[in-house]
Amino acid sequence: MTIEEVQNEIIDEFSMFDDWEERYQYMIDLGKTLPLIEDKFKTDDHIIKGCQSKVWVHAEMDDNKVKFTADSDAIITKGIIAILIRVFSNQNPKAIIDSDTDFIDQIGLKEHLSPTRANGLVSMIKQLKMYAIAYQTQLN
Amino acid sequence: MNVTEKNIDFNVESIRKDFPILRREVNGKPLVYFDNAATSQTPQQVIDVIVDYYSNYNANIHRGVHSLSQEATDAYELARQKIQTHFNAAQPHEIIFTSGTTHGINLVANGFTSLLNEKDELIVSALEHHSNIVPWQMLCERTGAKLHVIPMNQNGDLDLSEYDKLLGPNTKLVFVNHISNALGTINPIKEIINKAHTVGAAVLVDGAQSCPHIKPDVQDLDVDFYVCSAHKICGPTGIGMLYGKEKWLKTLPPYQGGGEMIAEVTFKKTSYADLPHKFEAGTPNVCGGIAFGAALDYMNAIGFDAIANYENELLDYATKLLLEIEGVKIYGTAKKKTSVISFNVGNIHPYDIGTLLDKMGIAVRTGHHCAQPIMDYYQIPGTIRASFMFYNTREEIDYFISSLKKAVLMLS
Repeated sequence: MTIEEVQNEIIDEFSMFDDWEERYQYMIDLGKTLPLIEDKFKTDDHIIKGCQSKVWVHAEMDDNKVKFTADSDAIITKGIIAILIRVFSNQNPKAIIDSDTDFIDQIGLKEHLSPTRANGLVSMIKQLKMYAIAYQTQLN
Repeated sequence: MNVTEKNIDFNVESIRKDFPILRREVNGKPLVYFDNAATSQTPQQVIDVIVDYYSNYNANIHRGVHSLSQEATDAYELARQKIQTHFNAAQPHEIIFTSGTTHGINLVANGFTSLLNEKDELIVSALEHHSNIVPWQMLCERTGAKLHVIPMNQNGDLDLSEYDKLLGPNTKLVFVNHISNALGTINPIKEIINKAHTVGAAVLVDGAQSCPHIKPDVQDLDVDFYVCSAHKICGPTGIGMLYGKEKWLKTLPPYQGGGEMIAEVTFKKTSYADLPHKFEAGTPNVCGGIAFGAALDYMNAIGFDAIANYENELLDYATKLLLEIEGVKIYGTAKKKTSVISFNVGNIHPYDIGTLLDKMGIAVRTGHHCAQPIMDYYQIPGTIRASFMFYNTREEIDYFISSLKKAVLMLS
């Protein structure tokens, strides 16, 4: 699936919910599906700055596709990073760099998009794209 | 408005009408504002003063010959006198307007740079906010003086027997908060001040968290410096005050140079203005100062005794209900504390609970509360902090408790 297709799939899933409780409950559940980062990568240089909770992200390149793993010590943050990784993982670096993240608005999580928000969603997106840029440079 | 301690009957419903913000909704729910230790809300009476200033007499103050400037100057200096009266300072010029608590602390810390050397020692309490730690660390870096820490115990009380051991002939400065922002502990500052004075050390008390709840008497405390911010006391942000004993304010050199703080300027030599202007370089926050005075009028009209009694009731009520929730651990259980509850529920991250409470219209603070050493002491990433003011209600606490239970259920 392309990034856009995955995003549309997520939008469809969230469109079933009427209120914030159901959306957040689903996000919490998605956190449980997160491909977990290996403990050896849970180091300070894998932490994403700008989050009130801790978020660790690791990336690997396999068959020209970037594969992300992550973890967080907060459950909601884990849900957020799980959604992002579902969108960006197993994609080629160029697709990740070129993608937009408008879908976050459409799944009712717009409030997390403010750059001053303490959860660091914006920092997470930036960090995932930074990994993609680094791998793209290797490919060039 | 007259400043009187004799209060009208404490009627929270009528008080709440003074605060327009309490009528708004957040995420479709009526706002429950429990982040008062970070900033308090502003009553209409203070908002009106701000609007009146910009509508009718906005002008630069001091030395203006025109009427607006005179009116603004009079109002600003009247506010200084209100603050002097409120804190019972001996002289109006012992009150220096600052941009807030942090500014006041930096002003004093910078002033001591030329007065200290590497033999000197400073003492700080383990309960401090970063703003009452970092300026002193910087002062130690500039002067070579050593920084010692009064330790705390599990309840969040300071260990004063350790303080006795740290005090010595080389102790020059002691700085401690009146009330801890993270835990709400009321520190025995009178005892701390008396002991410091026996070795000739000066004491700065950070009153950021105390001023909304109690009315400090700086002469009775015999404190050398006392600092606070107006925005914690129903006033606007960006304005605060430093009280300093006259002898200290005369001894310390100016902090910033500029207009307002000079007596005479030539390119060879500048002589400084008298107190308080020596420490008030540049055009001050005139409106903020006037509104600060109005905020004190507002609080005094309700009465600090009535406020403290009511807030203690809220604290007891919330503490009791919180402890009935399985897994709740409250940090800071000092015998004397104000209406601040720092807590966690089991292993749930404070951020998760704060996020879900926000969805339900409740404002609390989560994180380390700019007091990382305290969080390190308890070995936790942070806490959820609910802090109450006199305009909060038991009904709000009930809603907070039921919302918290819902959040915990979602996160378990």
